[in-house]
Amino acid sequence: MSHATAPVGGRILTKPMLVLLGLFGLAAALLLWRFIQGLGAVTAMSDRYPWGLWIAYDVVTGTALACGGYALAILIYILNKGRFHPLIRSAILTSALGYTLGGFSVIVDLGRFWNVWKVPTLFWKWNFSSILLEVALCIMAYMFVLWIELAPAFLEGAKAAGNPKLRRLAEKTLGPLEKAMPFIVALGLLLPTMHQSSLGSLMMLAGQKVHPLWQTPLLPLLFLISCICMGYGVVVLESALSSTYFGLPRETPLLRRLGRVVAPLLGLYLVLRLGDLAIHGKLGLIFTSGFFSVLFLAEMALFVTPIVMFYTEAKPKLGQLFRGAMMIVLAGALYRFSTFLVAFRPSKGWVYFPSVGETLITVGLIAGEIAAYIFVVKKFPILQSRPRRATVRRLGADVIDRLPIPSTAPASGD
Amino acid sequence: MSFTVVKAQPGGELPGGEALTWSDGGLGRREFLRRACIIAAGVVGLPSSAAAKMYEETVVKGKKPSVIWLHFQECTGCTESLLRAEHPPLDDLLLDLISLDYHETLLAAAGKQAEAARTQAMRANAGKYILVVEGAIPMKDNGIYCKVGGKTAVEILNECAAQAGAIIAIGSCASWGGIPSSDPNPTGAVGVTGALKGKTVVTIPGCPANPYNFLGTALQFATFGTLPALDSKGRPKFAYGRTIHEDCPRRPHFDAGRFALKYGDQGHRDGWCLYQLGCKGPVTHANCSLQPFGEVPGAWPIGIGHPCFGCTEQFVGFSIAQSTTVPIENPTPSTTFAAVNSGGGKMGVAAVGVGGAILGAVVSAGYKFSTTLDAEEPSADEEA
Repeated sequence: MSHATAPVGGRILTKPMLVLLGLFGLAAALLLWRFIQGLGAVTAMSDRYPWGLWIAYDVVTGTALACGGYALAILIYILNKGRFHPLIRSAILTSALGYTLGGFSVIVDLGRFWNVWKVPTLFWKWNFSSILLEVALCIMAYMFVLWIELAPAFLEGAKAAGNPKLRRLAEKTLGPLEKAMPFIVALGLLLPTMHQSSLGSLMMLAGQKVHPLWQTPLLPLLFLISCICMGYGVVVLESALSSTYFGLPRETPLLRRLGRVVAPLLGLYLVLRLGDLAIHGKLGLIFTSGFFSVLFLAEMALFVTPIVMFYTEAKPKLGQLFRGAMMIVLAGALYRFSTFLVAFRPSKGWVYFPSVGETLITVGLIAGEIAAYIFVVKKFPILQSRPRRATVRRLGADVIDRLPIPSTAPASGD
Repeated sequence: MSFTVVKAQPGGELPGGEALTWSDGGLGRREFLRRACIIAAGVVGLPSSAAAKMYEETVVKGKKPSVIWLHFQECTGCTESLLRAEHPPLDDLLLDLISLDYHETLLAAAGKQAEAARTQAMRANAGKYILVVEGAIPMKDNGIYCKVGGKTAVEILNECAAQAGAIIAIGSCASWGGIPSSDPNPTGAVGVTGALKGKTVVTIPGCPANPYNFLGTALQFATFGTLPALDSKGRPKFAYGRTIHEDCPRRPHFDAGRFALKYGDQGHRDGWCLYQLGCKGPVTHANCSLQPFGEVPGAWPIGIGHPCFGCTEQFVGFSIAQSTTVPIENPTPSTTFAAVNSGGGKMGVAAVGVGGAILGAVVSAGYKFSTTLDAEEPSADEEA
């Protein structure tokens, strides 16, 4: 590896960490209630809206946000852009956490969750025409692939640790793992391609229940393209946030290049999205659908603005990149929420909005995800180690404690 | 539909140039028979050209298939239902479509004369005649429980089957034993398949069997010398390929979960599904709902509000009590659909407030964070 990574170090139980754990604890209590009393006690889901926030956010949007690892892997391993490599480990970590959250949420969302073990095991009963089966198997498999991709970081951490037994085990495992890595990476490229597009196919099956502005045979392709965009967006957000909070070197030039990569992809999405509407003679619906027109135009605005931002400025600052990335992420999230919930109209007179319980569970699970991220980067070599010479920016000194410069950092990172 | 009344003299011509041999002031007789052939061909799923061929072979060329019809342990219900077939009526069937050389119910002859007719027909049409068996064959005590002309049923059956071109078992009794074979089966009754091991037997089960399923099979054999595709129990697939449940006119009620629970209750009066009353439709293979008996639509058990008895299915009809429900053979849609257009779902004010507040907080925090980044001086390392 050309770049050096090191654990960030520092105290684990900081104040923000306690807040995050508190939110997670609240979610855990609500989850307990959900498992004892059933879905109806906690959620606003109904016979006509059997998929609520947990599917629309945790699974569909959450795994798309977790596509940073996938999107970067395409760049690095398929397009051979090695210069993006410094970003990959933290992207894989967010991906692994995001997919784990998605996988866990599926179990929370299943009415008869105790049957879930049958999905991967009773393979002779698989229905190969089922998109849902493909999504379930792919997400489960990809979750494992991501943790295996991340394993070297943990093993390196174990090697650096004092325990000699652990060190010997890590030294033994690392070699074979590095050899197997190309195949695991290849699998890690295939699986998201399959299931991220299939998440779109799921709603294609809903037919006329989805508003015509969103219902199209291109749903799988649009879901795939937008998830890659969101992956890049999240990489930018995560890099900016972690470099700020952990006082690490900025990666602005790399993030700028990512902006150059994502802008044409956003353009491709728009061309396909609008071209599809034009071919099917549905352009008029953009202005005649009332509430759905507003929803659609908001989505378009969120997709168009980042392109403009990344192209009008020759050298956008990190703040601009951050706003652009936020918009990309919101655009993709809005597109997913629209397709799965807002523009999904199962029957006249039926409404759905996530209940307080549902929302708090999702918020708590995200808080847990962030807590896990902070824990892992502090303990294991995930982030770039070269300390930033500029003053460590501390947003609200009471929120984030000052972090020590890691002692394991090599003299030169380049 | 109305037919032109053609008054014609014997030997006269129809406008179409077709020779007319018989008319009673209604539909021409030959035209009538042509239609009979179309129906029979349609039943077996053959194209209309096959009907023309059937008509050509049987009516025009007069090559009528010889039929020997045996009666054993039965009630003659299958014959009775055949007598009531309207297309064609019995006289046309007997005089023009088939040559019924031996049939105990319809024979004019009696005693030794009748037996002579059978043996003579067998000799004249050896290897070509259609043997139809109605009724079960008792096997216990050397088959002494059913005798005709001093011979046991099994003896007569073996004698006739030896030179038959095709063997058709009509009705449930002949197919597997039917009522006579019900527990405790005192006579050891079996069906034709059980008595004639190793021979291809077409079974047309039913109590009684639908005459068109029989006619279609018989006329296909007479015209083409072939038999329709059969399932593992020897039943023609065109008639027994699907369950009653699959084509049941009450099926929508089943799917919607609307069941009659007692005879005469409101659901029963409203024509709801009879499954809970013990309907055997889900496991019974037959075409009763598609090919009405005696051309009277609805004249079958389910049509008149009685659950299916399962008469075409061995181990179901005459075996399982009428009130017993059976497992559903094929997966079916859920019976717990929400009502159409009833509306529902929850959208709490607090939920919207909390959701909106969280989204707003995250977006505004993100924006605020980005502005603090703007204020930052670009350092040397990030411009590298």
